Amino acid sequence: MKQLLGATALSLTLAAGAQAQGLKIGVIATLSGPQATLGEQIRDGFQAGIDSLGGKLGGAAVDLTVIDDELKPDVAVTKIRGYLESGKVDYVIGPVFSVVMAAIFKPVTGAGAFLISPNAGLSTFAGKACSKDLFVTSYQNDQPHSVSGQFATDQGYKRAFIIAPNYQAGRDALTGFKSRYKGEVVSEDYVPLAQMDLQSEIAKIAAAKPDVVFVFLPGGLGINFVKQYRAAGLTTIPVLSTFTVDESTLPAEGDAAIGFYSGTNWAPNMDNAANKKFVAAFEAKYKYVPGTYAAQAYDTALLVDGAVRAAGGTDHDKLRAAMEKAPFQSVRGGFRFGVNHYPVQDFYLAQVAKRPDGKLQTEIQKKVLTADVDTYAAECKM
Amino acid sequence: MKFVVPVAIFVALALIPLLAAVGVHVPGIVTLIASRVMIFALAAMSLDLIMGIGGLPSFGHAAPVAIGAYAVAVCDAAGVQAAAAVIPAALAAAGLFALATGAVALRTRGVNFIMITLAFAQMVYFATGSLADYGGDDGYTLSARTTVFGLDLLDAKRIYLTTLVVLIAVYVLLRVIAASRFGRALAAIRQNRGRVQALGIDAFAIELAALVIAAMIAALAGVLMANQAEFVSPAYAAWGRSGELMVMVILGGLGTLHGAVIGAAIVVLAEEGLGAVTQHWPLVLGPFLVLAVLFFRHGIVGGARR
Amino acid sequence: MTLLIVQALNGAQLGMLLFLIAAGLTLVFGVMNFVNLAHGVQYMIGAYLGVSFALLTGSFWAGLVLASLTAGAFGLLLEWLIFRHLYKRGELDQVLATFGVILSLNEGTRLIWGSNPLELPMPDLLSGSFQLVEGLRYPVYRVAVMAAGLLVALALALVVNRTRIGMLIRAGASNGPMVSALGVDIMRLFRVVFGVGAMMAGFAGVLAAPLVSVEPGMGENLLILAFVVIVIGGVGSIRGAFVAAVIVGLVDTLGRSLITDAAQAALSGPASARVGPAVASMLIYLVMAAVLAVKPAGLFAART
Repeated sequence: MKQLLGATALSLTLAAGAQAQGLKIGVIATLSGPQATLGEQIRDGFQAGIDSLGGKLGGAAVDLTVIDDELKPDVAVTKIRGYLESGKVDYVIGPVFSVVMAAIFKPVTGAGAFLISPNAGLSTFAGKACSKDLFVTSYQNDQPHSVSGQFATDQGYKRAFIIAPNYQAGRDALTGFKSRYKGEVVSEDYVPLAQMDLQSEIAKIAAAKPDVVFVFLPGGLGINFVKQYRAAGLTTIPVLSTFTVDESTLPAEGDAAIGFYSGTNWAPNMDNAANKKFVAAFEAKYKYVPGTYAAQAYDTALLVDGAVRAAGGTDHDKLRAAMEKAPFQSVRGGFRFGVNHYPVQDFYLAQVAKRPDGKLQTEIQKKVLTADVDTYAAECKM
Repeated sequence: MKFVVPVAIFVALALIPLLAAVGVHVPGIVTLIASRVMIFALAAMSLDLIMGIGGLPSFGHAAPVAIGAYAVAVCDAAGVQAAAAVIPAALAAAGLFALATGAVALRTRGVNFIMITLAFAQMVYFATGSLADYGGDDGYTLSARTTVFGLDLLDAKRIYLTTLVVLIAVYVLLRVIAASRFGRALAAIRQNRGRVQALGIDAFAIELAALVIAAMIAALAGVLMANQAEFVSPAYAAWGRSGELMVMVILGGLGTLHGAVIGAAIVVLAEEGLGAVTQHWPLVLGPFLVLAVLFFRHGIVGGARR
Repeated sequence: MTLLIVQALNGAQLGMLLFLIAAGLTLVFGVMNFVNLAHGVQYMIGAYLGVSFALLTGSFWAGLVLASLTAGAFGLLLEWLIFRHLYKRGELDQVLATFGVILSLNEGTRLIWGSNPLELPMPDLLSGSFQLVEGLRYPVYRVAVMAAGLLVALALALVVNRTRIGMLIRAGASNGPMVSALGVDIMRLFRVVFGVGAMMAGFAGVLAAPLVSVEPGMGENLLILAFVVIVIGGVGSIRGAFVAAVIVGLVDTLGRSLITDAAQAALSGPASARVGPAVASMLIYLVMAAVLAVKPAGLFAART
């Protein structure tokens, strides 16, 4: 027991001894379990960002540690606390899931490091509980869902059938959709996260004959839904979605996903120079099409780079002031931070399509919201 | 001779703060992981009372741990941090839970007991997930840690020592229980229930009492776990957690009590220590568990003793 | 009403899938008293092998046959390598060792196939759908899964009830030592049962692959459900496993929509959106607890 502890301590001190001068950055993401694929996109996207800058950020060497949160909040807290105590940490990048963010927020900001979330965008920290040391490079969680709501309203769809998993993010998603949808919600269904079969929801859709379907079914749920929806022969009712058909699930969904819509802030075919460079370099190195998770993590690396450059070092307050100006060229085109350190950006409707090389990706169809500010920002007093 | 291993374990755990006190640099992660080990050990030891000594294999022991943790969250939301309120609430809630579910579960034996305890734990899991006021599935971040008579015995610096003291106290308590008339009756029921009942002893009452005691100790572990992470979530009651607790006890050696501490150390070190080095840690722990079963017939402690 | 029929069909189909997994589990358990947590892994491995073989041969059907056989063979390999050393050990030792096998194989699967979920397209022959009523179609594939499950159940019932080996299996499940004492090589009998059980779980994995996402750890949720099934049905009983699988399938599927609607009717506002799904998720566990409270050995216990 003592020996085991000693051995761990030794290996950890050895690892700590190898660190060079420069930026100390921890990436925390879910890298094991069924949800690992999203965490891998975050890790790879951030690394791709560093690679694009010649292996340095703001001219400084990067001492990067990747931490697996296992999607267990208490495990995440233990690991991140241990990491924070191993020396002065400048940035913690992560996590994928809101439940982990709620757990690690206090330890990270309390230790004097910046927490930058490349995916989770809790409403809690966007409003009253906003923090000087938290930056979010993705979106506030409600926003991508409200894109679909706005689009459904714009199209004049009168009756909507909406589905999400039965957990906090799922309930937030449907609230987000309804916040901009003016028509009638004929049914609001919550499915268990571990549910394999969505046939009963699909049968309900067929019976209700809505004008439009909106789903937030991340990961395996979405894969099951897409396959089963097409298998049920439903072709005429359009499906709007968030995180249901994206680059992390498209390889498993296959051609069944073609034609599904997705509300998003980015897609691989977005037409700007920074994005083309990112997508090409990413696919060359990692052999898969990047999704929003990777794109936002890539942007995060560029943000850190720009901030260190502008601040001329790693002074905490100077870094914050620099970051607030978002000194980088985002793969999304326009990007700035609002008063609550959440992004102000455009949102689009994307559609799944097949590329000439046979791979599937989401492609931008239409801009739905311009320079959208989340609804909680007004409550933030920093 | 009998107490060499347990004493060595507790001395080793006490060494960490001692070394720090005399100025040796102990990396923070070591203290953190060691305190996680002790919290899991506490829960695993209580499981050992019913599973190892009593022969009642519960696959739902994460439930009372989660109930203890949620007691902290509920008190915290009401603005109460005093241990004098939090701990009795946690123990009472977990004890009542064990009393009600145990009365039903004890009708079954063997694998059916494993499954019915799992069923009750799953109910706790889904119920905590629907508690909107305490974050639902996202969990609840504590606004402040529990205080003991106004002292911050559970803050980041002191929680290690507090947990160690609790662990040793509970170990001694469980040893006393195991050696008592009650404990010997419990062990006798495991070996031959019919014969014990023929002696006029109410086996059902003894088993139920053991379930309640174990649940209360597990709830205490839950209180510590909530304070250590400053966070509570339904994941504490997930069936994987119940499985981990079973693994800790069986791996360490059923019925030994201190074996549960060693089992907890191995599992936590693999997951959170080795997990910091490689994400493929299950490829190390998995084969290790298989080999441990094949080569140590009575768990690590039991195997070493023979 | 039509909706109810569709939900019942879905429930029955989930039940058939559960039966394919539970049948092997309950026999292995009944004959050898062996608790095999790693049985769910067989389902996952079946699905992964199905994807790979279908890709390799270009045919779903070849993939189905090859993957089922390979999964069965892999099960026998595990039995020879690890499990046969565990039969004389307590059930908790078996739990620990098979848990170790789950950890290893889940992570091994991730190493070989990656953590991204994979796809197995439906065979063209079965990719159509029936018109139930106007606007409501039911996929042919699901009917095929149901039919396959029923066929296997029938075949199994015939073998268990009408043949000599079936008689031995039944005898082994109700009193193993006695069968062994009568001079039957129970180990060989068991190996047959184990191989067939592993193959059926693998078969179920391939069948499910076009409907669900193929990912590491996909076996565990189903394993828990399969355990619920065999405990409700009574350990060692094929008939019990069948009845319980259908009950669990129906309760889970029908309960989910009925309870949610009932909660919406009974309670109003945000409370209904929370209580309904939470109770619906608990439903099968409530059923199991209720069954065990009344019949502690399950509905059709083989052992006396």
